Amino acid sequence: MDPGNLALQYFLSGITKGSIYAVVAIGFNLIYSATGVLNFAQGEFVMLGGMVAVTLAQFVPLPVAVAGAILAVAVVGCLLELLFFRKLRHHSILHLIIITIGLSIVIQEAALHLWDEKVRSLPYFTGNEISSVRVFGAAISPQVLWVLGAVGVSVAGLHVFLRYTLKGRAMRACSSNPEAAMLAGINISNMRTLAFGLSAGLGALAGCVISPITMTHYEMGGGLAIKGFAAAILGGLGNPMAAVVGGLLVGVLEAASVRYLPAAYNDVSAFAMLLLVVFVRPHGLFGAPAGAQVREH
Amino acid sequence: MNPLTAILTLGLGLSLLAPASSLAAANSGPIKIGAIFSVTGPASFLGAPAAKTAKMLVDKINNEGGVNGRKLQLILKDSAGSPEKAVSFAKQLIEEEQVLAIIGPSTSGETMQIKALCEENQMILISCAAAEVIVNPLAKHVFKVAPKDSHAAVLIYRTMKDHGIRKVAVLSSNDGFGAAGKKQLEDLAKAEGMEILVNEVYDKQATDLTDILTKVKSQPGVQAVVNWSIVPAQSIVAKNMRQIGLNVPLYQSHGFANRKYAEQAGVAAEGTLFPASRIVVGDELADDHPQKRVVTSYKQEYEKLFNEDVSTFGGHAYDALLVIVEALKKAGGPDREKVRQAIEGIQGLVGTAGVFNFSATDHTGLSLDAFEMITVKNGKFTVYRK
Amino acid sequence: MNLMRRIPPLLPFLLCAGVMVSLQQLMRATGTQYCLTQLTMSLYYAIVVMGLCLLMGHAGQVSLGHGAFFAIGGYTSAVLTTHNFSAWGHSSLGGWLQQGRVLIAKEDVFGNAILTVSPWAAFLAAMLLTTLVALLIGYPALRLRGHYLAMATLGFGLIVSKLLVGSTLTGAADGINGVPPWPLAGSLTVTGKTAARVQNYYIACALVLLLLLLLRNLLRSRIGRALQAIHDRETAANAMGINTAAYKLKVFLLSAWLAALAGVFFTHFTGGIGPSEAGAFKSVRYVALAAAGGMANLWGVTVVSTALNYASLRGWFGSLDNAVFGILLIVIITLAPQGPLKPLGAWLRRILGLRNLSEERLERS
Repeated sequence: MDPGNLALQYFLSGITKGSIYAVVAIGFNLIYSATGVLNFAQGEFVMLGGMVAVTLAQFVPLPVAVAGAILAVAVVGCLLELLFFRKLRHHSILHLIIITIGLSIVIQEAALHLWDEKVRSLPYFTGNEISSVRVFGAAISPQVLWVLGAVGVSVAGLHVFLRYTLKGRAMRACSSNPEAAMLAGINISNMRTLAFGLSAGLGALAGCVISPITMTHYEMGGGLAIKGFAAAILGGLGNPMAAVVGGLLVGVLEAASVRYLPAAYNDVSAFAMLLLVVFVRPHGLFGAPAGAQVREH
Repeated sequence: MNPLTAILTLGLGLSLLAPASSLAAANSGPIKIGAIFSVTGPASFLGAPAAKTAKMLVDKINNEGGVNGRKLQLILKDSAGSPEKAVSFAKQLIEEEQVLAIIGPSTSGETMQIKALCEENQMILISCAAAEVIVNPLAKHVFKVAPKDSHAAVLIYRTMKDHGIRKVAVLSSNDGFGAAGKKQLEDLAKAEGMEILVNEVYDKQATDLTDILTKVKSQPGVQAVVNWSIVPAQSIVAKNMRQIGLNVPLYQSHGFANRKYAEQAGVAAEGTLFPASRIVVGDELADDHPQKRVVTSYKQEYEKLFNEDVSTFGGHAYDALLVIVEALKKAGGPDREKVRQAIEGIQGLVGTAGVFNFSATDHTGLSLDAFEMITVKNGKFTVYRK
Repeated sequence: MNLMRRIPPLLPFLLCAGVMVSLQQLMRATGTQYCLTQLTMSLYYAIVVMGLCLLMGHAGQVSLGHGAFFAIGGYTSAVLTTHNFSAWGHSSLGGWLQQGRVLIAKEDVFGNAILTVSPWAAFLAAMLLTTLVALLIGYPALRLRGHYLAMATLGFGLIVSKLLVGSTLTGAADGINGVPPWPLAGSLTVTGKTAARVQNYYIACALVLLLLLLLRNLLRSRIGRALQAIHDRETAANAMGINTAAYKLKVFLLSAWLAALAGVFFTHFTGGIGPSEAGAFKSVRYVALAAAGGMANLWGVTVVSTALNYASLRGWFGSLDNAVFGILLIVIITLAPQGPLKPLGAWLRRILGLRNLSEERLERS
């Protein structure tokens, strides 16, 4: 391979990884900006989405299975909010973080006993395991385009929802100033439930589109949540587009580091870079510095 | 803290006391066998089928009247792949359950953490992990039933040489299985006349490996890729290689001997070559093959009971129990030292992984011919023929 | 209040020591002394959680990376006491180190002469390395707040665990085994040998009690009050003239020391360590244990974390271990965010007809 093609191939493998992180980060971000909860169980929504879709796909066509999975996991998300977070709204941030950790452990264990420890996956949406799209001599799996498509649709959908619909605006109002929103007659609790449902649904969508690439396994959630968290922080919490760029950056960074360093230290370089960014620019690459202060208490 | 909290503490403390274990007299009641498997956690691919197999086989033996007229009792512990739990459970099995022998753990890391412990306490340990260090240096009480990594590596290299392959890329996962295999591939390369051009380790939870394979592709002269791991990433390697058009043969380790992985890789797995014990190709064995009967009966029983494919890892638990039962029969009773000596005297015991011939200096018992080179054809495992 | 006044300051510690001794006697009487092994391990783990109690409960700073400090302590000890330094033996530095009893010559299990670092020297090296790393990571990290601090510490923990898995010096995925016993003083030795089981239980008990006493005194001093101020309103504390950054860093360092100390003792006790000790799940588990114990309640976190770890190490819940842990976590945080001991104590007090102390009311819910 000539150097140009090679660099492009590394870049495309970075995009493959990055698109996975980005699609997970979007859901992370939504819950955070709407409720201030950093949801460590977001990875489990992704896992559940994949698991449910794989199970459904045995009986119904793929698109129906994906839609069913999104719906089912969205319901799970709403239920979790109703059962736990509604009551605990006035707890400290730390308590909320810990509840999400507890939930993530329980969901994971439930999945282990509901399904089993084996890997499974959805079929490739187009083509099969060996098909690829050629770009100037480099190659990328068509499934990555599906993932990027899901990222695009999610971001655009969220943008429209948050900017131009009444519900969306109400959600933004809750996030920027809950008291004022309440005074304006917005039912904050319901908004939070909606936010949980939405981001669980987004997580499930992510779980479906990445399933052919990463495969679905009951333990996959934790690793994905950490990478999604990293992507969201790197981009700047609270902004879906920034999360996407953050995710792609983490992916490309990992791929680039493989070029020069032993792959064993792949994650080390990614996280070292992340720490550096967080130390120098805690609000992320695209975030506004004030955002961190508002959520102090 | 006030006195009340102290009382609470005392109460909590007292409730911690486990009920006193009944110290079963050594010559009545069931014979206790301990098992430590990683049923959950990152090594559940190995531990879950092993635990199922062990339970199934003990039930079967007991239904048939036990060994020497005494039933077996399996005490199963789930280590979740963490070494500190393996240590804790091994101590429990040794000190309070006073089992005859321990089978497992599934990973070499856990096995090595308890190797010295078992040796010190004269406890028989029959490990189901593959790494060579378990039996080399030799410990009197530590055996293993999984085939040697070095045998797998030799078989891979020799098959390559038949195809005129001399320069390879080695990939491995960053768990114990991958690390042990990587070491054998490196150590044996020179003796077998192979040259390793790329040598990379990837995370066991890897989601995509295109970047590492790009590195392989950019290295001129690579004639084949060897991937050594046990995790789902094995399927990802196969898929990513074909996707980026890296069209050299793919060799995998015996970790690939799990139908699920071939299924997940789909058409990308076609033509993959890997060494494995004959259990995955039981149907193809000739009727007079020594392993035919054991392999077929294990496969049928397991698949009927659990409704899933057998894997070689479940087979290791089967073999470990088989070894203990055979030694028990020979020793005539659960005297640990006699049983240990009996294990060293086992010759020609047919198990799922091969024919075991133990001795005082060989605690693995399996030879190179325990492995067969297998390939994937139309999504099925089949014996590779030149 | 009057009740609190009447209790001599050392009484709780004496009571706790009494509980520890009677537990052991009870086990001896019932022939269940083998349970001490797991109890000792749980006590060491509790030390990590005590550090987090200080950091999170009192200074209000979250850390999702304390497993890494445990691992740094344990691994430094394990590497130095098992690695063969005989190549140094003939150099003048080696000779000098041998004279100073830093390097000691002995035979390994297979009869080969080896030269390793003495456990005490390795312990000092471990604490030194911990100090260095804690300052390096703590200085920038503690300027962050809330979720950013959580991310930074999580990332730090991940880096450490990936380095451990990636490096052959630390035994890669298999970790290190064959760590020798640690002769503390006289015949006191930290080891997992069955013969020294009771002795080791008391070593762990003594260590935990001593640390509890030190931490209690620390919290009742000026430092403790400053930490409380930082926890409640950092900006106000700053305005009061408290150097918040310095205090936070000191507490972070102290909690890192505690984790590393636990790591060193634990590694000598079990004779080995694996990379999962540094993993994100372990770190998160410590935080969860601290939360389940009531976060700021030093006695609560010690008792709860010892009990939960004990249950897990005994394998009470088998394959459901994590599930039970997760459910307990949710239940405790939902129903009793101050930890289970407080409401239980209040309930007992009511039953016994004692006047409810108003201190609980003061605690923010």
